[in-house]
Amino acid sequence: MLASIKTNEFKGSQSKALAMMYFRVAIILFGAQLLFGLIAAIQFLVPGFLFELLDFSVARTVHINALVVWMLYAMIGSVYFMLADETGEDGVHMLLGKIGFWVLTLAVTIVVLVFIFVQVGAGTEASIWFINEGREYIEAPRWADIGIVVVVLIFYWNVFATYMKGRQTGIMTVMVADLLALAGLYVAGMFFTDNISMDQFWWWWVIHLWVEATWEVFVGALAAYALIKIIGAKREIVEMWLWIEVLMLFGSGILGMGHHYFWIGTPEYWWEIGALFSALEPVPLVAMFVHVLYDWGKEQGIAKAEGRQGSVMNNGPAMAWIVTNAFGNFLGAGIWGFFHTLPQVNIYTHGTQFTAAHGHLAFFGAYATILIGMMYMSIQYAYGIDRLKATFKSKMAIFMITFGVLGMGIALTIAGYEQVLVERAELGGGWNAFFMAQELPWYIQAQMWRAIMGVVTFVGFIYLVWDLLTLGKQAKKAQAAA
Amino acid sequence: MANKNVSVWTSIPFWRRSAAWVTGFATILLIWLSFDTLGQITMGTDADLLNKVTKRVPAATVINYKIGYEMSKERGHEVPTIGEKQPFFGKEWSDKDAAALLHLGKLTSQAKNCMDCHTLLGNGAYYAPDLTKAWLDPAWQDGGPLQGMTGKSTVEEAIAEFLQNPSQYPTHARMMPNLGITADEAKGLVAFLKHMSSIDTNGFPRNFSKSVETFKAGGTHAR
Repeated sequence: MLASIKTNEFKGSQSKALAMMYFRVAIILFGAQLLFGLIAAIQFLVPGFLFELLDFSVARTVHINALVVWMLYAMIGSVYFMLADETGEDGVHMLLGKIGFWVLTLAVTIVVLVFIFVQVGAGTEASIWFINEGREYIEAPRWADIGIVVVVLIFYWNVFATYMKGRQTGIMTVMVADLLALAGLYVAGMFFTDNISMDQFWWWWVIHLWVEATWEVFVGALAAYALIKIIGAKREIVEMWLWIEVLMLFGSGILGMGHHYFWIGTPEYWWEIGALFSALEPVPLVAMFVHVLYDWGKEQGIAKAEGRQGSVMNNGPAMAWIVTNAFGNFLGAGIWGFFHTLPQVNIYTHGTQFTAAHGHLAFFGAYATILIGMMYMSIQYAYGIDRLKATFKSKMAIFMITFGVLGMGIALTIAGYEQVLVERAELGGGWNAFFMAQELPWYIQAQMWRAIMGVVTFVGFIYLVWDLLTLGKQAKKAQAAA
Repeated sequence: MANKNVSVWTSIPFWRRSAAWVTGFATILLIWLSFDTLGQITMGTDADLLNKVTKRVPAATVINYKIGYEMSKERGHEVPTIGEKQPFFGKEWSDKDAAALLHLGKLTSQAKNCMDCHTLLGNGAYYAPDLTKAWLDPAWQDGGPLQGMTGKSTVEEAIAEFLQNPSQYPTHARMMPNLGITADEAKGLVAFLKHMSSIDTNGFPRNFSKSVETFKAGGTHAR
C-alpha cells in the first residue's frame, strides 16, 4: 500500500489515486485509535498508569477522535474510489482535491498533537477555539471545525460536479444527497451555549444523525457499489434495495433521535417517539445483502445448468469484510442498540458500560468492516489484479479483529450488566454507588477480558496492515506468472 | 425497471418515491418537534424563579436556591425541586453575576474536557461518576465523606476545594488528575453543577434519592 506511493501504479483514474491517499491516512489513524484504546483499557485496571501524564480523558479523546476521523478519511476515500466507476468520469477538480487532502491531514495532525501535549486549557473561549471543545466525539477545536467544513465543501463540490458531468446512477444519487446532509449536519455542532440541555440537544444532531442516519445510508450505497463490483450483483436488485434501505433507515433513524432525548432536559414525548422509531432501526440492516447473495447463488446455479461461467467473486478479502459488515451492522448497531433503546431500560443503562459495549460493536460492525473492505478493493485496483484471493494474513486479520471486537463487546456488556444492577438499580446512582460497582470482582474481571480482547484486536490490526502492504505485490507477481 | 409487467413491489421508481416521501416526512416532523423542544429547554429567567414558574432548565440564578430531588406521584419519578433561598459561596448572586459565573463554569467544563471521564446528563465517558445530580450527592453534604475530607463546611466550598487539588484527596485508586483549575474556575464549575442538578431530566438518574437513604444507612453491605 505504502509502496504504491512511489511505484505509480495508477495509470487510469486520478480520483482513485486520491482515494488511496485517504486510505493510507485512515489506516494510520486506525492504528492510533487502537493504541490509545489500549491505554484507556489498561487505565481501568491500573489507574496509576500514565496518571497526570496522559490521563484517561486524553487517551479516550484520541481514541474516539481517531475513530471518527479515520472513518471519515476512509469514507472520503471510498467515494473518490467509486466516483469514476459510477459516473464514468474521472474526478473533475483533482488538484483542488489534493490540496484539500493535504490541508485536512495537516489540520488533523495539529489537532491530535494538541490533544496529546496541551490536553486542557483555561476556562476561556480561546481554549474552545484552539485546544479542545470538550464535547465527546467532536472535541476538535473550533478553528479545526471551520477547516473541516472548508475541506469537506471542496470534496463535495468535486463529487457533485463529477456526478453532474457523468452518469447519474441510483447509487450515486443516494450518495450525493446523503453526503450533503452529512456535511451540513456538522455545522449543528459548531457553537457554544451555557445551557447544557441546549448544548446536548444540538450535539446529537451531529452525532446521531451521522451514525444512525447519514452514515448508515452511506454504508448502504457503498455496499451496493461493492456488491456490483465484486460479485457482479444485478444493479436493479441492488438499487431497489438501496431505496428501500434509504426509506427504512431515514424513516426510523431521523426520529430515532428521540432515544437521545430521554434524559437531557427535553420533554417526555420523546420517550414514545424515541422508543418506537429507534426500535425500528435494526430492520433494514441486512436485507440488501441477503437478497443479493441469494440472487447471486441462483444465477450461479442457472449459469452452471446452462454450462457457462457465472459471475466470479473477484475479491475474496473485500467480500469477507462486507459479509462481516452486513451481519456486524445488524448485530452491533441493531441488536445491541435495541437492548437499551427503550426508556424503561435506558433509565438504568444510560451512561454505563452498556453504552460502551454497543459503541464498540456498532462502529466496528457497521463502519470499520466495510471501510476495510474498500481498502482491499483499492489494492486490487492499484495493482491491476483480476481476482484477489485472501492470504493467510488476510484471514488472520479478519478473524482476530472480529473476534477481538466481539470479545470486547461481550466483556463490556457483562461489565455494563454489573454496573446497571448494582450502581443504578440497587444503589440508585451517585458517587458511592459508582465506585461500589466499579470495584466489584466481576466488573474488574470483565474489564480484564476487555483489555485482553483489545490486544487480540491489535494483533489482528498488525496482520491487516502487513497484508495490505504485501498482498498487492504478491498477487501481481502470481498473476504475471500464471 | 424496464419490464412493465413486474409488480410495484419490485419497482425502483416506487421505492425511490417512497424513500423521498418518508424521509421528507420524518425530517419535517423532527424539525417541528425540535421547535417545541427548543422552546421548552430554553433557560428560564430570574423572574420565573421568583414567581415559582417551573422551567425544565431554570435561570442561572437558581444557584441562589436550595435544590432538591423528590419523587413526584403525578409523574412517577423524581423531579428537581427549588426551595427557599440559600447563600452560594456566602452570598446571593445577581442575575448578571450568576449568568457570568455559569458561563465561566460551562466554558471550564469544556476546556478541561470533563466529558471524557465523566458523564453529564448521562452522556460522556464512563470512567468517573455521572455528574447530572452531583450537587445533590450525599457524599458532598454535611457529614458526607467528601465534604469531611476537604475540611470545608458547605457543599460548594468542598467541591471547589476538591476540584482545585483533586489528587490531594484520593478516595480510590482511580483518582481525578490535577487539571490546573483555578479558584474562580472552580466556583464556576460548582455553579454549573448546581445549575445542572436543577434541570428536569425526566427522572434520570432513577432512585437517586434512594441512594441518599442507602448511603446514610452506611451502604447496602453494612446493613
